Amino acid sequence: MTPILQVEDLVKHYPVQHGVVFKRTVGHVRAVDGVSFELDRGETLGIVGESGCGKSTLAQVLMRLEPPTRGRVEFHGEDIFAKRGKALRALRRSVQMVLQDPYTSLNPRMTVGDIVGEPFEIHPEVAPRGERRRRVQELLDVVGLNPEYVNRYPHQFSGGQRQRIGIARALALRPEVIICDEPVSALDVSIQAQVMNLLGELQRGFGLSYVFIAHDLSVVRHLSDRVAVMYLGKIVEIGTEDEIYSRPTHPYTQALLSAVPVPDPDLRARRQRIRLTGEVPSPVNPPSGCRFRTRCWKATEICADEEPALVPRRGDHHPSACHHAEVQRVIPG
Amino acid sequence: MTDPRSLASDAWYDLRRRPLFLISAGLIVVLLVLAAFPQLFTSVDPSAGMLSRSRQPPSAAAWFGYDVFGRDVYARTIYGTRVSILVGVLATMFTVLVGGTMGILAGYHGGWADNVLSRVADVFFGLPFVLGAIVVLSTFRETIGDSPVRITALVVLTMSALSWPVAMRIMRSAAIAARQQDYVRAARGLGAGAGRVIWRHLLPNCLAPVLVYATIVLGAFIGAEATLSFLGIGLRDPVVSWGVMISEARNYVRVSPHLLLFPAGFLAVTVLAFVMLGDAVREAFDPKSR
Amino acid sequence: MIDVSEPFVSEPFVSEPFPLLEVADLQVEFRTRDGVARVLNGVDYHVDAGETLAVLGESGSGKSVTANTIMGILDTPPGFVTGGSVCYHGEDLLAATPDRRREVRGEGIAMIFQDALSALNPVYSVGFQIAEQVRTRRGMDRRAATRRAVELLDMVGIPAAGQRVGDHPHQFSGGMRQRVMIAMSLALDPEVLIADEPTTALDVTVQAQIMDLLAEIQAERRMGLILITHDLGVVAEVADRISVMYAGRIVENAEVHALYRTPCHPYTLSLLESIPRVDLKDQELTTIKGLPPNLTAIPPGCPFHPRCPMARPQCRERVPDLLPLPEARSSACLFAEELAHR
Repeated sequence: MTPILQVEDLVKHYPVQHGVVFKRTVGHVRAVDGVSFELDRGETLGIVGESGCGKSTLAQVLMRLEPPTRGRVEFHGEDIFAKRGKALRALRRSVQMVLQDPYTSLNPRMTVGDIVGEPFEIHPEVAPRGERRRRVQELLDVVGLNPEYVNRYPHQFSGGQRQRIGIARALALRPEVIICDEPVSALDVSIQAQVMNLLGELQRGFGLSYVFIAHDLSVVRHLSDRVAVMYLGKIVEIGTEDEIYSRPTHPYTQALLSAVPVPDPDLRARRQRIRLTGEVPSPVNPPSGCRFRTRCWKATEICADEEPALVPRRGDHHPSACHHAEVQRVIPG
Repeated sequence: MTDPRSLASDAWYDLRRRPLFLISAGLIVVLLVLAAFPQLFTSVDPSAGMLSRSRQPPSAAAWFGYDVFGRDVYARTIYGTRVSILVGVLATMFTVLVGGTMGILAGYHGGWADNVLSRVADVFFGLPFVLGAIVVLSTFRETIGDSPVRITALVVLTMSALSWPVAMRIMRSAAIAARQQDYVRAARGLGAGAGRVIWRHLLPNCLAPVLVYATIVLGAFIGAEATLSFLGIGLRDPVVSWGVMISEARNYVRVSPHLLLFPAGFLAVTVLAFVMLGDAVREAFDPKSR
Repeated sequence: MIDVSEPFVSEPFVSEPFPLLEVADLQVEFRTRDGVARVLNGVDYHVDAGETLAVLGESGSGKSVTANTIMGILDTPPGFVTGGSVCYHGEDLLAATPDRRREVRGEGIAMIFQDALSALNPVYSVGFQIAEQVRTRRGMDRRAATRRAVELLDMVGIPAAGQRVGDHPHQFSGGMRQRVMIAMSLALDPEVLIADEPTTALDVTVQAQIMDLLAEIQAERRMGLILITHDLGVVAEVADRISVMYAGRIVENAEVHALYRTPCHPYTLSLLESIPRVDLKDQELTTIKGLPPNLTAIPPGCPFHPRCPMARPQCRERVPDLLPLPEARSSACLFAEELAHR
């Protein structure tokens, strides 16, 4: 079965410019530097990485909010960047997003009803005018909000409730794919579970496919079927949730997993601690060969000469971009 | 949850409670009534002068006395309100419309459009207000003749032309900040076109600073018109404004102070009222104080 | 490149007549336009030399307000202390003169914040900001003070500290800035360090480095560390004791292993059941229904009862006191014993 979304060698570079009136390009921020993956219908692909890895830029490009520098993204086999006019509008209905910050993702001067109803105004063919109010109320109900609140303004709601409004807005056009860009990071711990459960329910109820972008590995594990780990604009390891968390082969993934705090003090003595030294290199000038080599304890000469491809390696079947890939179980239990 | 409360109604709720706002708004309402219905306050013709009455001090017949040409100062002051406020309002409107439109387009599009518009604004910005006004107004003084409408229009347009860059800058920075908000991104992700994004998402969230600026600059324009008229290049006969009256009173300040006092007093109170209003509005819209 | 090390284990501490720092029955209210918010309603906790107390709570629990009150940096107005004491070596700081409080701040008790970028002055170099403290408080001359600043920066792991001492805060990355802030807080050798969400804004690998650094420093100097956070994972890794806060009160106190093994308050239990864990698969996350209370209108009785899965009629009647339980723990729940024996 063809995957619903197919990303091939996606690249997004931002020019670095100097000068006031006449701007000179002196370099490029290589935010996304060759990313490839597939998303199957009904599955959740988690994309995890720390700040500067390019995951948010990836979300922008997938949503066609930023043009790519190079590369291909296919939705149901069709190139999304080639679409115009009606075809582009149809794409917008099928691929939607949920954003991170509940305090800036809703227009403070619009009522909730207007916010959730705006998709219908932009795409009037989806729902006739008379039906819109009812649909908006249905959507609010589906995300667990009281439908009578249509006339309220965003600032009258809590962070978790605002996030639900954002989800309702994303669902309005019955999309097939939802790109979630850190949807629970800005929420309180006790509210995160509510929104995560909601996203899970909606996926089952509406047959949605998610690209779930986050920095919190625990959250990603909970919701994802497959996981991709990003570092400096590239995917360094990709596999099923089980493969990545129980049998990681890339050193960066291993370091990342060893750093995630686990709410169990009895594990203190038993956990293997891998501590990275140094800083993330600048995305304007990434290291030659393997980008992670400047902080990697396994680095050898080949790592500087040859960039490792994201292919299955010795040790396990899932792709890993490391010349010295080796399974190391980092998380106890 | 309580009743729906938009940010505008929150601001209004806050404004209603501020003494600064109530006083200034009250004053402005009185002035607007004066401007709209001068006949309610005086039945005397402001341009009718009898030289025999020249420079008579205030009396029961004429509360503010008579000016050099024997015209009733009180009537002229009342009629002057209309012109002064009209000039202020029109100049503010043009400034905000032109500056605001250029600002929001520059802020939304960025790139070369922003570059071009900003450089154009910079050129106008570089022209000093008083000097520029003097140059323009004195150049066109002869060509527009004596029609009151054309005299007033020239003053309004000149003042707007020299002030719009400020409005443009304010709107532009508000638009740039608003454009980066997630809700704009969400709207674009839904497929909203530039028109909808600007009209529905950017504009309502950029109005507050422009509104504050507008209330303050209104007062400034009224004062500026008075200045230009005083210098003799702004409004002039047959148009009557406070500035014109002050200009005519210039040589007689010591002998007939009433010629200067009344129009100057009205001018000061009006400008103060608008500045106070601007202050109150700015505080009400300031999210930090909420 | 790699540092595979043992976690730091804190040594047993010698007991003294007073705890190093003790907060007793602290009450703070915020007077706002919308009413009086009872932000702290009788908070008690203490910390001793060499131990780490974690104050766990979500937004609105009052954990940061308590820290600000201890440091004497509470915004007044709108915040007002209406009761209680903050005792440092037995001396009540709330009753002390502003000069004495200033003395204690920095030398006795220091604080680090979540956002280093806004906590550090962007206009001055980091070396200047650190040196200024020792210059004004210890009377060192400029050169000696700068040397001390370089020493401190080096100690917190800033590479090439000698060159970087003249850099400004924005020239450092997030993790480095946090280290700078830690260096600044240690300049006057405080006995107590309050860390208010020190790693919340950082990447997880950087977070691990910073937490290791804090543990190292604490062990070396035998400081009392109060760690304020909402992250149950971080707490499990570093804390000795935990005080859980909700709606301006402490609802549970326990030693770390005991708390995670057997939480004795429904809020703690619900929190533990609602967080996803990186080491578990296919979890069912139970959610806590409802929202934290509006502090201008706290419901009568136990503040958690509207959201509590175990709520019973008695819970509405009175606010439960902190009930002492075996193993030096306590819980403000009428049914704590039930939970203890689950």
